[in-house]
Amino acid sequence: MLEISLTHFLVVSSILFCLGIYGVVTRKNAVMVLMGIELILNASNINFIAFARYGNFGLQGQIVALFVIVLAAAEAAIALAIVLNVYKTFVNINVDELDTLRD
Amino acid sequence: MGVYEIIFYLFAAVTLVSAVFVVTSRNIVRAAFNLLFTFFGVAGIYVLLGADFVAIVQLIVYVGGILILLIFGVMITNKITEVDIKTGTIHTLPAAIGVGLFTGIVGAVVLNTEWRVVDSEMPESTLTTLGTMLITEYVLIFELLGILLLIALIGAASMARK
Repeated sequence: MLEISLTHFLVVSSILFCLGIYGVVTRKNAVMVLMGIELILNASNINFIAFARYGNFGLQGQIVALFVIVLAAAEAAIALAIVLNVYKTFVNINVDELDTLRD
Repeated sequence: MGVYEIIFYLFAAVTLVSAVFVVTSRNIVRAAFNLLFTFFGVAGIYVLLGADFVAIVQLIVYVGGILILLIFGVMITNKITEVDIKTGTIHTLPAAIGVGLFTGIVGAVVLNTEWRVVDSEMPESTLTTLGTMLITEYVLIFELLGILLLIALIGAASMARK
């Protein structure tokens, strides 16, 4: 148990993933939902890099992790632009109160 | 217990404890600053897995880019004059039960699977290999990601200006 193996990294990443899901489900503020999504993406990245280290795949897992980071950056920029527009229209960004499609 | 083990448990603890604060703290700014420690902990885990370049990219893009963007989002969408920047939560108890069950299932699957581990030598530096792979095998995805980032930049700017 003391020797660090693949299982240790997978346990850390699955706990991080579940915390991210908890954040996405329970938060009202849209920016906090985005933070939960970032936690989920980080957990998946830990998995990719752990399998790249312990599986016999070369560095393909690290390449995929880089792509995930790029996609996360694009997603954060677009999502914040949407959040700003929602804030201009509804004056708050609580996702449970946004229930009209047009005004 | 060697140095590697101690450092691993340290980074894992930093990551998970600050992630718990991210999803439970009622103050948005405090949650955003805890997210900083989560990103640092994950970068440390990448280093322990021999992924030096990905760890640096994680620090530059996540801490330097995405986190700053999120904090800007918090500041723009809250009235700064009100001192407390709070966020509400909904369905806390059902979510905690459901996520707890899911954590148990995933943890049991991870712990009970016989992983076929190849104990490869940790590479000296991944930079050369990653660079070569990016401009040979994965050049199409690399270019597509460049176009995607350009589109995202233009789209975000034009959406936020309206």
